[in-house]
Amino acid sequence: MATTIARYWRETPRRYNLGGSRCTVCRTIYFPPRSVCPSCSTHRQSLGKMEPFQLSGEGEVYSFCTVHDAAEGFEMEVPYVLALVKTREGPLLTGQVVDLPAERVRIGLKVRATFRKLREEGKAGVIHYGYKFSPAEEPPPHRRPGRSSEPSRSGTPAPEEGRVRA
Amino acid sequence: MDVGIVSYGAYVPRYRITPGEIGRVWGADGEGMGASLNVKRKSVPAPDEDTITISTEALRVALLRGAIDPQEIGAIYVGSESHPYAVKPTATVVAQAVGATPYLTAADFEFACKAGTAAIQTCMGLVGSGMIRYGIAIGADTSQGAPGDALEYSASAGGAAFVIGREHLIARIRHTASYTTDTPDFWRREGQRYPSHSGRFTGEPAFFRHVTECARRMFEVAGTQPRDYQHVVFHQPNGKFPQRVGKQLGFTEEQMRYGLVTPYIGNTYSGAALIGLAHVLDHAEPKDRILVVGYGSGAGSDAFDLDATEEVGELDRSFGQPVSEFLEQGIELPYAVYAKFRGKIHMGGS
Ligand SMILES: [Zn+2]
Repeated sequence: MATTIARYWRETPRRYNLGGSRCTVCRTIYFPPRSVCPSCSTHRQSLGKMEPFQLSGEGEVYSFCTVHDAAEGFEMEVPYVLALVKTREGPLLTGQVVDLPAERVRIGLKVRATFRKLREEGKAGVIHYGYKFSPAEEPPPHRRPGRSSEPSRSGTPAPEEGRVRA
Repeated sequence: MDVGIVSYGAYVPRYRITPGEIGRVWGADGEGMGASLNVKRKSVPAPDEDTITISTEALRVALLRGAIDPQEIGAIYVGSESHPYAVKPTATVVAQAVGATPYLTAADFEFACKAGTAAIQTCMGLVGSGMIRYGIAIGADTSQGAPGDALEYSASAGGAAFVIGREHLIARIRHTASYTTDTPDFWRREGQRYPSHSGRFTGEPAFFRHVTECARRMFEVAGTQPRDYQHVVFHQPNGKFPQRVGKQLGFTEEQMRYGLVTPYIGNTYSGAALIGLAHVLDHAEPKDRILVVGYGSGAGSDAFDLDATEEVGELDRSFGQPVSEFLEQGIELPYAVYAKFRGKIHMGGS
């Protein structure tokens, strides 16, 4: 268990903050971060020329699969979607898509990184946190409150049947 | 020297459940319960959400909106009664997740539903004395009521984060006042899963007395009266208490229209008054005067007298999600899924 905690802890910057790296020679962005650039003609060219780079967390679903047979600790979330997300900056990231029923996830869906619990080491153990993805295109509003403050900023009128049941 | 709010952000989980659906399971008149509490829906956190994730989401929006360098943050205080760990701070995970570590101080606050407003006051002191440039005050909760208990119809999840500073203020905090006594209206002992409350005692001697006395104290300190404010926000354990206390104090529905969010998302405990304030700030015009009166069981009230500055219009308040989206949107759950999400189903084992 101690080794798991240590491994998770070492990966904290990239799991918490989407901290990648960028080659200052050819501007290619990497996630997870790399210390040399495989895109440059010789790796030596980029040696010592990689800089930390923060991904925005915005992207779209490039491909996905729906998991019905849960990994340990994910029983509560079945069925859940694991997706490859093409980030705005380029790198492909793997992550769970949350806050949308699995059958509504599609290729091209705009998503953004959200901070969530990844797993718990039992009831008494450490809780691990990191990024997942949630829809950046809002599903249609459930319904307007009786005393609405202002039209919603998305500007799209809300069809009543847009209400979703999980 | 002026101290106030530089930026802010709110977050409410996406799932919702109605009082009618809860009542259906317990053989109670859920719709009647919802009507008497003035709660139409309440938010439900996903199984992978807790006070740490809610605080982080709210703070990330606040920092991006205000273009705040996280390394300039000198303190982070998270007020909650549902910190995921009994020992190990919420604030350190949040600090790491927004890139504020390591040169800052951090701590978790606990005072029932008013720990977030206590965090704002602490940040005001640190910022006003020049000890730090930015202080972060967060109020967030994922509170639960025991199944079938009256609290289950309203207890929900959400939070808001405020960046307190001296420059580029969108709202100056002109005064703050507090009113605190030892009152046993609501509590949860160490190791207990659900809180206990002393029924009707939670009303008059607790919420109403503290909020009223604290508001009156604020009028004295600030030399103001209800008609001087464009907006007022009260702690809102349900949709009825704040309406009633507002009326008693002489406020109109118009002054409360943005500050009252519980009818649409439920009682977010430490988040409640702060999400109300975030909703007010989403709509505030320069020079608008705002009164906030929080309440925490146990018991105490903190009040703030604020006025919006010219800069409120310059902040990109549409970045992230404005509070109105949380009030209008959501995915409605049946009780069974809600019970699964909230860990109310006994799974075997110990
Ligand atoms: Zn390169």
